[in-house]
Amino acid sequence: MIVIIDYGIGNLASVLNMFRKIGVRDVKISGRAEDIAAATKLLLPGVGAFDAGMSQLEQSGLVPVLNKKVLEEKTPILGICLGMQLLTRRSEEGVKSGLGWIDAETLRFSPDPALKLKVPHMGWDYIHVNRANKLVDTEGPNRFYFVHSYYVKCFDESQSLATSRFGHEFTCMVHKDNIYGAQFHPEKSLKFGMKVLGNFATL
Amino acid sequence: MALKRIIPCLLYDGNGLVKTVKFKNPSYIGDPINAIKIYNDKEVDELILIDINATKQKRRPNFDRIADMAGEAFMPFAYGGGVKTFDDFAKLYTLGVEKVVVNSLIQENPEVIKKVVAHYGAQAVVACIDFRKPLFGSKSPYSYAGHKIKYNLLDYARYLATDLGVGELMLYSVDQDGTWEGYDYEVTGQILNHVDIPVIACGGCGSMTDLKKILYDTNANAAAIGSMAVYSKKGMGVLINFPDRNNVIIEN
Repeated sequence: MIVIIDYGIGNLASVLNMFRKIGVRDVKISGRAEDIAAATKLLLPGVGAFDAGMSQLEQSGLVPVLNKKVLEEKTPILGICLGMQLLTRRSEEGVKSGLGWIDAETLRFSPDPALKLKVPHMGWDYIHVNRANKLVDTEGPNRFYFVHSYYVKCFDESQSLATSRFGHEFTCMVHKDNIYGAQFHPEKSLKFGMKVLGNFATL
Repeated sequence: MALKRIIPCLLYDGNGLVKTVKFKNPSYIGDPINAIKIYNDKEVDELILIDINATKQKRRPNFDRIADMAGEAFMPFAYGGGVKTFDDFAKLYTLGVEKVVVNSLIQENPEVIKKVVAHYGAQAVVACIDFRKPLFGSKSPYSYAGHKIKYNLLDYARYLATDLGVGELMLYSVDQDGTWEGYDYEVTGQILNHVDIPVIACGGCGSMTDLKKILYDTNANAAAIGSMAVYSKKGMGVLINFPDRNNVIIEN
């Protein structure tokens, strides 16, 4: 059973819809610790501000069970968008500590004004996959939909799975053992996203 | 670096999809869910669906129907029409709508738009400016619902981008709508120079040349297509359609 973690933030319906579309039936949205404890895979979605997300996660009381599942039982987890940023140690967007499972921090885009780039980074972009992995092909084209004003910077470069560009190169996927993150929205990225979610479902 | 987007702009009349010419004479196109399924296969960048009569007929958004549509849209999906309250926005985002398009609400209740932007972020709100050349005078914002808009085009665009803080502007030329004669490149270009948020040009697209021109000469961030997305050719039958993006989009 894949559990899409409901901690009162973000649009969970889109992720569920895409799993259903690709024929993954054993999936549900839940914020109950029992469901999370029983899950074989976890999906951490999220939109909005870092501190708001982290507070909601803490208030939901799910952090201990998530730590146990992810760090001890090594249950695969995929963080999407803010969900990926919450995997890092901290964010420039707030003062709270993140889950810290990925050795990285989250920083704000501040592109050179001469580039005339508009934050948030919103729209479709190609990604570059740094190494072979089970979620996304190294051979492209891999095109995904992004909406974000903050990006993840890995302290341990080996955890940066894929990069994209917005003013400068940035990490758009992270990976360490059973822990994955995607800055983009696979659930809104057509067949490219279906591939990623499909691969995650069969991990 | 965010690729340029081509976006089918679907008009909905409360029952099915329609296509207008200069905001008049809606012709029936078909069922929205069916169309959305086809657009998935055609790998469109994004979809916009506008209920053109909701405000005029004082209808609320049909949330059940929108949920069905959003549930079939595996690309970013924007909805506009009859959205009035903060709860309306909240409900739409929960259903899987990424962006809400506002138009009449800008005149009716700008404060609620600010509140939504503060809560959900600028990227969740697109402001649509319908504009046309009146009998006398220069091109101006136009209200299909019959509201007074006190601004000229450039001031209105800036007001929406800075005072209301919306994430994107959609510029819809009433005079070009359904004509297949090309976008209003002039107005789109002026507004692009005047605001620093992404601009979606809409109204008049009839060819790949029009698309290239608006995206790469005028430099709009996105190009909406109406007739081209629902007819095989000008004056011809209904065909849910999407131009081969590889022939338009320059990959960076």
